Formats: sequence, structure tokens, C-alpha cells
Amino acid sequence: MRAVVFALRTFGRELRSGEVLVLLAAVSLAVGALTAVGFLTDRIGKAVARQANEVLAADLRLRSQEPVPAEWSELAAGYGLDTAETMSFPSVVFAGDNSALASINVISDGYPLRGEVRVADQLFGEQREVDGIPAAGEVWADGTLLARVGADIGDLLSIGEIELRVSAVLTYRPDQSIGFASLAPSLLMNAADISRSGLIGEGSRVSYALLVAGDEAAVNEFNEAIQDRLPESVRVRSQEESSERAYNAADRAQRFLSLTAVMSLLLSAVAVAMSARRFAHRRMDAVALMKSLGATQGFVIAVALIQLTLLGVLGVLVGSIVGFAAEEVLSRILVDLIASDLPNPGLRPVVLASGSAMVLLVGFALPALIQLRNTPPLRVLRHDAMPPAPSRLLVSGLSLAAVAALLYRSVGDPRMLVILISGITVIAAALYLVGRGLVFLIGRSRSGVGVAWRYGLANVSRRGRASAVQVVAFGLGLTVLLLLTLVRTDLLEGWRQTLDEDAPNHFLINIQPNEVEAVGEFFEKNGMRVPSFTPLVRARMTSINGESVKDRKYPNEDGRWLANREANLSWTAEMSASNELLEGEWWPRDYDGPPLVSIEEESAVNAGLTIGDRLKFFVAGQEVEAEIASIRKVNWDSFQPNFFIVLSPGALEDMPTTYISSMKIEDDQKAMLVDLVRSYPSISVIDLGAILQQVRGIIEKASLAVQAVFVFTLAAGIAVLFAAVQSTIDERRFESAMLRALGARRRTVFLGVMAEFAALGIAAGILASAGASVLAAVVAVQLFQLPYEFNPLLWVVGVAAGVFLVCISGFFAARGAINAAPADVLRWAT
Amino acid sequence: MENELVSKDVVLEAIEVSKQVSSPEGSLTILSEVSFRIAAGESVAVVGPSGAGKSTLLALLAGLDLPSSGYVVLNGANLSELDEDGRAGVRADSVGFVFQSFHLVPSLNALENVMLPLELAGKNDARAAARRIIEQVGLKDRWSHYPSQLSGGEKQRVAIARAFATEPAVLFADEPTGNLDSRTGANIMELMFELNRSSRTTLILVTHDQSLAMRCDRMLSLDGGRLVSDSEVAA
Repeated sequence: MRAVVFALRTFGRELRSGEVLVLLAAVSLAVGALTAVGFLTDRIGKAVARQANEVLAADLRLRSQEPVPAEWSELAAGYGLDTAETMSFPSVVFAGDNSALASINVISDGYPLRGEVRVADQLFGEQREVDGIPAAGEVWADGTLLARVGADIGDLLSIGEIELRVSAVLTYRPDQSIGFASLAPSLLMNAADISRSGLIGEGSRVSYALLVAGDEAAVNEFNEAIQDRLPESVRVRSQEESSERAYNAADRAQRFLSLTAVMSLLLSAVAVAMSARRFAHRRMDAVALMKSLGATQGFVIAVALIQLTLLGVLGVLVGSIVGFAAEEVLSRILVDLIASDLPNPGLRPVVLASGSAMVLLVGFALPALIQLRNTPPLRVLRHDAMPPAPSRLLVSGLSLAAVAALLYRSVGDPRMLVILISGITVIAAALYLVGRGLVFLIGRSRSGVGVAWRYGLANVSRRGRASAVQVVAFGLGLTVLLLLTLVRTDLLEGWRQTLDEDAPNHFLINIQPNEVEAVGEFFEKNGMRVPSFTPLVRARMTSINGESVKDRKYPNEDGRWLANREANLSWTAEMSASNELLEGEWWPRDYDGPPLVSIEEESAVNAGLTIGDRLKFFVAGQEVEAEIASIRKVNWDSFQPNFFIVLSPGALEDMPTTYISSMKIEDDQKAMLVDLVRSYPSISVIDLGAILQQVRGIIEKASLAVQAVFVFTLAAGIAVLFAAVQSTIDERRFESAMLRALGARRRTVFLGVMAEFAALGIAAGILASAGASVLAAVVAVQLFQLPYEFNPLLWVVGVAAGVFLVCISGFFAARGAINAAPADVLRWAT
Repeated sequence: MENELVSKDVVLEAIEVSKQVSSPEGSLTILSEVSFRIAAGESVAVVGPSGAGKSTLLALLAGLDLPSSGYVVLNGANLSELDEDGRAGVRADSVGFVFQSFHLVPSLNALENVMLPLELAGKNDARAAARRIIEQVGLKDRWSHYPSQLSGGEKQRVAIARAFATEPAVLFADEPTGNLDSRTGANIMELMFELNRSSRTTLILVTHDQSLAMRCDRMLSLDGGRLVSDSEVAA
């Protein structure tokens, strides 16, 4: 009880002293990083869970490129199940002269079977859940779509050959993540209107689905019953399958974010250990005094533990507030990427972060504080009497246990934990050695500089170990920031430069055979080159060398997917200029023999196909067999229409065919596209530029969010610097006073201290630039298959940022020593 | 413990106390077989040149450190038989300190510094007792000040108040005026002797200052770790 009173009484006062603030900041940072990421992953997790339940808008979803036969819904009804049907396809929607590409979703009564559709009664108005579907003659359109075409509720939209009235703003539909929706805004229309719209032609890119829902047992029975009778073209998606995929993706994202948070945590741990040592050292005199006045070891320990707990609680409080704020910012940045209305985060992240903070304190601060108990009371008479150093085993054991405990939550697998800890140890040791090397070089360079610099550089090498730790801590934070800013821009720029200036930026799809000639003329009339039209036939591979594609073994999963999915086939007499023949021979221009096929290189490898293999396709009720005659490499970046599988002319004759084309359309020519789509409503125009823009936007936002998480890393680096400076502040004060007593001007002392920080900053900057360059090269070559170009600016910015950040932080950390008047310092007794 | 040596009047006794420390040059003897008895209420000055072993003797007498051989019996307790917490208990009950460099806890204000030993000894009403003694040392208006806001003399007054707060059997003072100017020092000593008389505390004063030593009842002179004289001071 006495210990509690004493601990409380002294704590407030201690708080105001710098070293406790650094300790507190380190704990708060760790908690802040963990809660922010915790909140975020919690939200992502909840959003994913909800999405997984609703993503099908049903319990089972039978998807097909052809209309689902009526017998399927009758069969489902026989099992007592509810059904609904949907069709979706991209199409251009008009309002007056304005047009935009939309994802048209045609729905029947009963939709959705699971989840709710939400609409608003005005643009950006409050949303509400609705029962039922739009009435015939009406549509519910996404706000983005309405904004793009400048329409509002009550206005008419032209879709195909009919006009439909907007009766509500669509804000949410459960299956919006399926299909084309992620790239084009949605529009819901009643199935009763589809036949007169003229949108559905033979070979149109329509995705049909039969939704089934009901009692779980009945759904399972139905699912089993249809398995054997399912035509090749129908794919069944069940809840489990879709949720598993969603969870996997979310899980990976969460682990990545958790690991970034752990990085801040580890740096915070370094700061905690440093400032705890300093804290303990500063309290040694007080403890010796208390012991001389009769305090027991138990009392000393109790006071230390209580104060540690108080510190932890305060750290958790401050950190949670920081975390809340950061999460608020992060989820605002990410709002478009995750979902418009994320569920509120639970308090779980705060609890977990609090636990982690306590583990951090116990692992990294406790050893130093426990050691206080052994302070000899003799210290009141002889200042050099020190407690014995804490046992290395205790210190390293506790900190290792703490790190393991903290990491385990993010990793969740003992084997991975061992690998990760070994990896971290090796990397930390390597970085530390590099840091020591840089510090050594700094020490060597001091003979050729002036007095202030010499004093500063001498300090760097005198405190070699602490200097190296600071260089590494700061360097790590900087590395990541450089990666996410400069390197990311470099990579995006590099990729953009590999694209041909004249590369097509628009795709036309769904061109009917009878429209090809007219569309060509249309462009000619508008003063443009007539583009080439590439035929497209939808088919399904059924067998390879007589073996069913379902039973066959594939080198990898991509191969299985390729062989089993709905395939787009094409045929041509001449190989496209964007292809390169790798193996076999291309068929002669006037070839009219048995069907031959050419396969794209990567697909051939994945599916284990070689020249001479025989592929059988099922196309609109007929079978076509072709022999592989060649293997090609495709330059996808050319943005020309390209296909994994291309057949010889004549092989697909008389099959339902649509044509696709690509072309470069300048901004001032875009108006003409409106006329084109008006005249040929089934043709869809895809603006690649807009899509690339969108992709870039997503990358920017995602990296901005990750950057925000890494700001914690940099802040933790600053905390390490503060802790390191704090631990030498008495020494610094004394030295400043001595130097000034010896006749140094304040300016000289200031320059000396700044020289020290500048040197540390240069070293951290070099480390960060090197790290970012290596990582960038790996990412460029391995991930993006781009040649990595050395960017000297990276080094300039890295070193400049290092010097700037370390000098600013160092100045604030050490200003007490710089500004202390010699007289104050020499009046030392308390 | 040799019972016949303990008499009611003896509050502190050193029996053949020696202290050796190991140094790079081998074992170094700081104190060599020092023996004496001090009766309750006596004031004793420990004098001698620098390095004579005065501070070491003080540390051993107060149980801050243990002798290499010999015993110290403080208020009836053989300190060598106690562990660190046991010695802390003896100090809490019967010892007060005044140091050359004050040793106030910087994070506590004057009153709280004085309350500290009272609370450690488990005394009730520590605050009221501390207030009384703070008034006695003339710091009635400064009780809420922190050490950094007090002058050297004021700090030492707080330290003296803290030392007398528990009404200790023995008060150890280690060069209490060493960090003060002569006038302030004289005032402080006046205060200390006055409190010593009024509370009948035994005072052990380590000092260089011959005039200060002459004000005590008795003087122990150390040189080279040996007790070279033990004499009454003629008043």
C-alpha cells in the first residue's frame, strides 16, 4: 500500500521528465501501430465475412454463358428451393448525348435470395434496404453511372433499343463483386424488359446465372443431384468455395499488415529497452536513498512494477487514441477499396494491443527495473557503487520470449515463427554490422574536418554501438518510405514507358458478324484507319489427347483452370505482329486442311501441352478437334486483341462468332464513339485508359494506406533516436559545459552536436537507399519483369531525408544539452 | 553476539571492524580493526584526512555496507547477521541520514521528501508529523517546493527535517556543510545540534571541519584506516 502511494506520488512528476516521455512514446507508438492495423484488419475481416455470405446472393449459383435451361429451376423447385435468374453483361448506357459503360444486371423476381439490395432516393442520399426488384420499364442505377451520364432519378436512360426510367439510386447489391462490376458501375433492370432491348444477340458476352437458396440440407441434396447431369458450360459456385477464396485473400492482407505493425513494434521495443535502462539508471540514486532510509527490496520492486503498469496503462490509452485516429484516416483512404460502409471495429484490437504493450514492457523494460532492487545503498556515499549488471540470460531470454509472444499472433504457426525470428535475427545482425561499418567509416573520416565536425564525428564513433542501432532503426523506416514513394513511381513510370505510344487505348467487343463491314465504314467515314477485326468464338475444352480435361493431371493449378474454364477461341491466317513463334510452324496463308491450333507459351507450360497434342473443343453443340502446330509468345502489353488459343482458318466456320477490335482513339475523337454505340447498341466500348487510370488509383490508394502504417515505423525509429540521445544527455550536458568553459562558442557546440546527427543521418540515408535499391531491383525484375534502372535521385533523396529527419529529431532530443549554461551544469547537486 | 558487551546505554558498537576491497594492485585495506562504543545521546565527530576511511566507517556503522571482518551492533542488532532487507528494517526504525550532497528525491516536493522515511517506517499520520518538522526547520512557506526550486541551504534543511522526522536513535551526518558556504553551514549546524539536543538523538558526524568537530562530545580520529585517537572534547 505504501508502495502504491509512493509510486503514484512520484509518477506524475517522473512523467514530466524527458526519459519517461520517450518510454511512454515508444509504448504508445507500438500500441498505436497495433491498434490501427488491428482495427483495419478487423474491419476488413468483417467486411469479407459479410461479403462471403452475400457474394453469391444465393446459396448456390449456377453460372453459364448460355441461358440456363428451365428444367434446372424446375428441379430446384422440386427440392423446395427458391430460385431467381440473372443475366449480366457490359453495355453502354445513354442519357441524352452522354454515355457511359455500365454493367447491366437483368434480374427476375425473387432476386436476391441472400443479402439485401440497398437503394437511395436521391444521388448520395441516405440508403435503405428494399424488397423486390425494379418494376418493368424502370431501372435502379449506380450513382457513379448517373453522375457520368448526367442523369438523375426520374430521367430516362437508353439501353439498347429501349428507354427505361431511373426510379432509384442503387447503392449496394450483394453479388456486386462478381463479374465485370468491379470496373463498371451497375444497373439493375427487370427481366421483363430484356427481350425488347435488342441487347442479347447470338454470341453476346452475357453471363447467365440461376440462383438457388433454401434449407441447407435441401441445397446440398440438389447440388449433389445435379453434379452428374451438369453440362460442361455450367459452373456451380457454393458459399463455402467463394468464402474460402475471399478469406484467403483477406488473410494474406491481414498478415502483411500485421507484420508491418510488428516491425514498428520491434523498433519500439529497442526504444523501450534503451529508455528503460536510462530510466532505471536515473532512479538508482533515489533507490539507494530509499534503501538507506530503510526501504526493502520488495518495496523497490513494487514501486517499479506499479510505475511500469501505470506507464503501460497510459501508453495504451495514448496509443489507442493514436490508433483510432490512424484507423479513421486509413479507412477513409481505403473506403472505395474495401466497402462503402464498413462495420464498426470491435474493441478486440485495443485489448490485443494492450496485451502486446504489457508484453513489450515486461520483455524490454522489466529487466532494467528489476535490477534497481540490487542497487547498493552504499551509493548514497559513494556514487560509483552500482548494481551488478542484469544477467544476459535474463535480458535476452525475456526479450526473446516477448518477441516470440508478439510475433506469434501475426504468424500463428510455430514453424513459421522460428523461421521468422531466425530471419529477423540474421537481418538485424547484418544490418547492425553494416551500421557498425558505416559508423567506423565516419570515425575514420574525422581527421580532415574542423573542430565542430571532429567533435561530432568523434561522438558517433565513441558511442559506436548506440550509433549503429540508431542508424539501423532510422534506416529501416526510411527504406520503406523510399520504396513506397520514389520506387513505386519509378516502377509505374517504367511500365508506362514500355507501352507503345500508339498502342490502342480502346477495345470494341461484341461486334456482330453482320456489323463488321458497317463498323469499318463508320471509322473510314470519320477519317480513321479501318481497324482489323478479330473473330471470337466461345468454347470449352473437353479433352486433351482423348483424356477428359477434368481427369487430366496438370503441372499446376493455372493449367487446370486454363483447361477447364470457358475459353475464347479465335482463328487467323496470319500470325499477329505482337506474337513471336517459339516452336513448330505457322500454317500457310491458304491452309484449308484439318484444324490446327497455336498455343500461347505460358499456357502450354502450365497445362503441360506440346506440339502434336490433340485438343477437343465443345462449341455451340458441336465438337472440334485440332492438333497443336505451334507455340507462341504473346506481347500482352501491345494491347492488341490476343488469344491463348488460336485456330487455323476454317476450323470454326459457321460457329456463333462475334468480333473484337482495338484502336487508338484520341480524346477529341471520343464523341464519335457515342454515335457508334447508338447505331450498334450491342457493341461495347472499353476505355483502357480509364481502366488503367482506375488501376493506378487503386495502387496509389493501397500504397498510401501501407505508407501510413509505415509512418509508425519511422516514428519508432525517431523514438529510438530520442531514447539513445536521452541515455547520453547527462554526458552531453557535461561535455557542452566543459567545451564552453574551455572557450567554445554556443554555435560551435551546436555545430558539433549537429555534425554528429548529420553523420548518423548520412549513414541511415545510405543504408536506406541501398536497401530500397536492392528491394526495388528484386521487385522490378521478379514481379514486374521490368529491367531495373538505377535511380541516382533515390540516393540523393535518401541521404537528404536521412540528414534532415535525424538532425531535426536529434536537435529536439539534445537541445537541453546544447542550451544548458555551464553554470547550471556545474551546480549539480540535488 | 557477545552479550556482555551490550549495555543499555550503548546504542552503537564497532567490534574489530575491518574492510578490505580488491583492486587491480591486490587487496587494499581501508579499515583495520576499529573498535569503539557509543552511548545513547552522545554526539561523536569522526575526523581524519582524505582517504582515512571516514566514509567507509560511516557506511559500515549504518549498515549500508558490510565489514570484511568484525561486527557492528546498531541499537541492539548485529548488522552482519541480517540480510539487506533486515538491515533496511533497522535503518527504517532507528537511523537518520544527512548527506553532503543532500540526496533529496527530485520528483518529490519538500514535504513529501520529509514524509518518505515516515511512510517507509509505516508511521501513521506521516503528513502531519512531516509538517511539524518542516516548520521546525524554518521552511513553513516552502514545503510545496521541489528540490530544484530550493537553495543549497534550504535543501539541507529539508534533508535535516527528513533525518529527524522518524526520531531516529542514531543520526549519521556525512560532511553536512561540505556543499554550503560558511555562514549557511554554521546555521545548518546550529539547527542540527539543537534538534539533536531536543530529541536526544545520538549524532555521528563525519567532518573535515575541526571547529565543527570541537562542538561534539567526543572525537574519533582515523588515519590510514586505523583509529588513532578516541577522546572526549573539553567543552
